[in-house]
Amino acid sequence: MIPGSFSYHSPATVEEAVGLLAELGDDARPLAGGHSLLPMMKLRLAPLEHLVDLRKIDALKGIKDEGGTLVIGAMTTQAELLASDVIAGQCPIIQETAALIADPQVRYVGTLGGNVANGDPANDMPGLMQCLDASYQLTGKGGSREVKARDFYEGAFFTALQEGEILTAVKVPVPPAGHGYAYEKLKRKIGDYATAAAAVVLTLAGGSCKSASIALTNVGETPLYAAEASAALVGSSLDKAAVDQAVSLAGAITAPASAGRGPTHYRTKMAGVMLRRAIQRAHERAAG
Amino acid sequence: MAKTQITLTINGQQVEALVEPRTLLIHFLREQQLLTGAHIGCETTHCGACTVDMNGKSVKSCTVLAVQADGSDVTTIEGMAAPDGTLHALQEGFSEMHGLQCGFCTPGMIMRAHRLLQENPNPSDAEIRMGISGNICRCTGYQNIVKAIRYAAEKMNAATKEAAE
Repeated sequence: MIPGSFSYHSPATVEEAVGLLAELGDDARPLAGGHSLLPMMKLRLAPLEHLVDLRKIDALKGIKDEGGTLVIGAMTTQAELLASDVIAGQCPIIQETAALIADPQVRYVGTLGGNVANGDPANDMPGLMQCLDASYQLTGKGGSREVKARDFYEGAFFTALQEGEILTAVKVPVPPAGHGYAYEKLKRKIGDYATAAAAVVLTLAGGSCKSASIALTNVGETPLYAAEASAALVGSSLDKAAVDQAVSLAGAITAPASAGRGPTHYRTKMAGVMLRRAIQRAHERAAG
Repeated sequence: MAKTQITLTINGQQVEALVEPRTLLIHFLREQQLLTGAHIGCETTHCGACTVDMNGKSVKSCTVLAVQADGSDVTTIEGMAAPDGTLHALQEGFSEMHGLQCGFCTPGMIMRAHRLLQENPNPSDAEIRMGISGNICRCTGYQNIVKAIRYAAEKMNAATKEAAE
């Protein structure tokens, strides 16, 4: 099982890469870690004439703390996220999530940029980035723009990325010190995509919930930022009534497909179970 | 389609070759370099039988293009034993602890365990199990594979300690 024939390009700069993509048009695809694209190419489901490999572009690598915002290069691998002291100290939910993606070999190669840019609703990082209110830097021949993760996803494998643009960086606002967090993922086995998953970040003040952010993975055509469910927690003591209300509001925005991971009603129910567990763990971890 | 020139190091030897861009690393290793230790199992990034070490990372070589390995340092199971044939501690461990039955997954298991022990020289059983979670064995039930990796860890740690003394 090998891909069909294509021409291979390995530009050294972002400018060169977006120039190539503009010139080659929709016969070309950018390659990050390749652990989503290469399997599709092998199945001949991703026909392309030109592959533009981004691996030699140093500007797409690395994790920087720019005073309240983490700027993570698109080609940063899941393993690099897991090994980063900056991520561990500032935003540990990224590591909790990365550790649940695929398996060690895939995490060495799979990138954050590829995970969020591909538009696969089964991927874990898009929901997390919506929870964290991250922004994506998109660069094309005409320059760069930023799109919020909450606005980026339009449908399964459809995103705000325009032809010729690549996602170059993910910008994550650092959650406040003392925040509670959890990513809860139900999967059938190690390495599987989520049957349903929930990301929660919250802060407490004087025992009540000061802020909350909830997003769900793989229970719709896109990752789902649950704005109403998040709001239902704010001001509460995270008591059963508030959590029940949040679970109900979050469940109402889900529309999972009936597929190998279970029928629609089951996956919606499991999204609620994951959310309940995530709120509880985030609550336990939060200070104040 | 035009072929691309690649240069890489495989088991300590520099190799130059011409490959089609669509050639997967596993096919390059097995068919062009005649290194048939890494196996083709599922071909879908699940089973781990094709695992090799590339630039200090374990990768599934069925999901890496040979052109992506240009400039890299690759170690396969053939590069594990000493030049005089003395088995690597992991190979010895799999033999001593019966860490294989049919042997199909073994090259991938050993290459993955090799990187795991480089990163974590003294893993718990739970860490070993998580560490090899990308490698599937259909024979052993994993018990003896965990024992084999622990055997190798202990042997390698004892050798490191001896060297330090």
